[in-house]
Amino acid sequence: MSKVRTVGWFEQEAQILHATKAARKVKLKVVDVYTPYAVHGLDEAMGLRPSKLTWVCFLAGLAGGGSMLALMIYTSAISWALNVGGKPFASVPAFIPVTFEATVLCAALTTVLAFFVRSKLFPGKKVVPLERVTDDRFALELWAEPEEARSFLEGQGAVVVQEVP
Amino acid sequence: MSEAQVSQLRTPLVTAERTLSQVTDDIVTPLIQRPTVRWWLSFLAAASVLGIGFGMVAYQIGTGIGTWGLNKTVGWAFDITNFVFWVGIGHAGTLISAILFLFRQKWRTSINRAAEAMTLFAVMCAAIFPLIHAGRPWLIYWMFPYPNSRGSLWVNFRSPLLWDVFAISTYFTVSAVFWYIGLIPDMATIRDRLSGLRKKIFGFLSFGWNGSNRIWSRYETLYLLLAGLATPLVLSVHTIVSMDFATSLVPGWHATIFPPYFVAGAVFSGFAMVLTLMIITRVVLKLEHFITIRHIENMNKIIIVTGGIVGLSYGTEFFIAWYSGSPWERFAFINRAFGPYAWSYWIMFSCNVVSPMLFYFKKIRTSILATFLLSIVVNIGMWFERFVIIVTSLHRDFVPSSWAMYKPTVIEIGTFTGTFGLFFTLFLLFVRFLPVISMGEVKAVNNFAKHKNAHHAEHEVTA
Repeated sequence: MSKVRTVGWFEQEAQILHATKAARKVKLKVVDVYTPYAVHGLDEAMGLRPSKLTWVCFLAGLAGGGSMLALMIYTSAISWALNVGGKPFASVPAFIPVTFEATVLCAALTTVLAFFVRSKLFPGKKVVPLERVTDDRFALELWAEPEEARSFLEGQGAVVVQEVP
Repeated sequence: MSEAQVSQLRTPLVTAERTLSQVTDDIVTPLIQRPTVRWWLSFLAAASVLGIGFGMVAYQIGTGIGTWGLNKTVGWAFDITNFVFWVGIGHAGTLISAILFLFRQKWRTSINRAAEAMTLFAVMCAAIFPLIHAGRPWLIYWMFPYPNSRGSLWVNFRSPLLWDVFAISTYFTVSAVFWYIGLIPDMATIRDRLSGLRKKIFGFLSFGWNGSNRIWSRYETLYLLLAGLATPLVLSVHTIVSMDFATSLVPGWHATIFPPYFVAGAVFSGFAMVLTLMIITRVVLKLEHFITIRHIENMNKIIIVTGGIVGLSYGTEFFIAWYSGSPWERFAFINRAFGPYAWSYWIMFSCNVVSPMLFYFKKIRTSILATFLLSIVVNIGMWFERFVIIVTSLHRDFVPSSWAMYKPTVIEIGTFTGTFGLFFTLFLLFVRFLPVISMGEVKAVNNFAKHKNAHHAEHEVTA
């Protein structure tokens, strides 16, 4: 028998957590879980690894702050060194506030961009979401033989079970 | 499930018994219904005030900023007061969305969306003032370092005013992005609820969100990172605003206490504005179950704390003025409290130090009417605080022959009033077209829904 994608809809958070854990225990392949809000503990249940966005954020912040500091030293001390109130040309302490702002700006925008690219989200993207998963239901999508998936999902308390193309 | 535990001691965050889909209904319904008469009336009022503001701004840009009441001695007054006032208001939005998120304060979920929107609108209002003050606003890009034909004459990175340019623009950009990221799952919910043109618009804006937990997982990381970035950012913004004053040598401004004092004041006034807006919004949109007395009481507690810090700062400033032994510093403070602008000092003092004390009484901080009135009083007080700091420090400077008084002109007052028009127009459009409450987050803290759905499920399994 060939494997198909089967979706089971659940009505509460506790069930989806339990069903996801159970599916992995009986070696059913969990394609994805769809929920109306971020369910606490579902990442562990699905066995997802922590996101690497933290690294993107750190490196982008470093790059943003570093380049800004370099730009300030270049413009104030190298390109056109102006004497402002007798302060040193490369007056680094006075450059810290702008360095900080550039760090935050660069880190935030790059991380958001990386999130969109990695999640393949973009303005105007067409999707046909599963029924009610953005409203009040939780859906578990399995890649398995239809009979096996159906009996598993019903056993877990799914209110609707459907095969999807 | 730890999340599904119901506390016996605390009032729930969503007080009415609402299932998940009822939460969606409650928040999406005001967007579908035709706007009420009350909404139209408020919108027309706000838009008219905005119109006055437009006229005033057009006139003073056309004529020049000589239309202001400034003189040789008082070179900074109404405009910078209003700028600091509006930027400060914005701070509460970021505090609620980012700092309370890091502290895992779940009550923030009902108010964070609207508070963040308020931040954006307040920063827009604030930005108008330095823009006009630049004299030729169409050359405002000169404030950014770009290679130019003037030999590449760069901006002065040692100037706190330039730091301000970077702080405010970064703050606005990051707040806008943070707000939009929070809106994406909710806009997908609306997309799936509606049909026709609105479905298309929300479909476009929701970036193809489908509720996948692989994306939710990354989304939560992103949200945490943005909150982590926004937290020091919001503290830095008012710190830098305070440095516009503190790095100068003017007695009354030249104080190391300014950054924390300004940040506390900003949060204080911001929470007052959030309360004013939320108390109106919850009644008009019938969201009393989501924005409950508990939310209002919590915000009032933050007002007590930040108001306390502000009061302490006033006292410290006075003490240090005496203790420093500097006659200029002493004079600046005695003149502040007993000079020709004493009335503004005592308005500030009674509104900011005395009035929040009333919130120590539980009866008062859980009363909607009292909170509403006090929130307005606090905002008046905080406006006067900036006026006092700026004008009283300048108007009697080192040489008595140059002492002068400052009085705002009609143009200045009209411009300030106009920014309120802008603020409320934008806020009214926001409550009309976007979900005021973050559904995705409220559903996650709505314990009733979890249990209700659980009962359903048990019945169907056993049946």
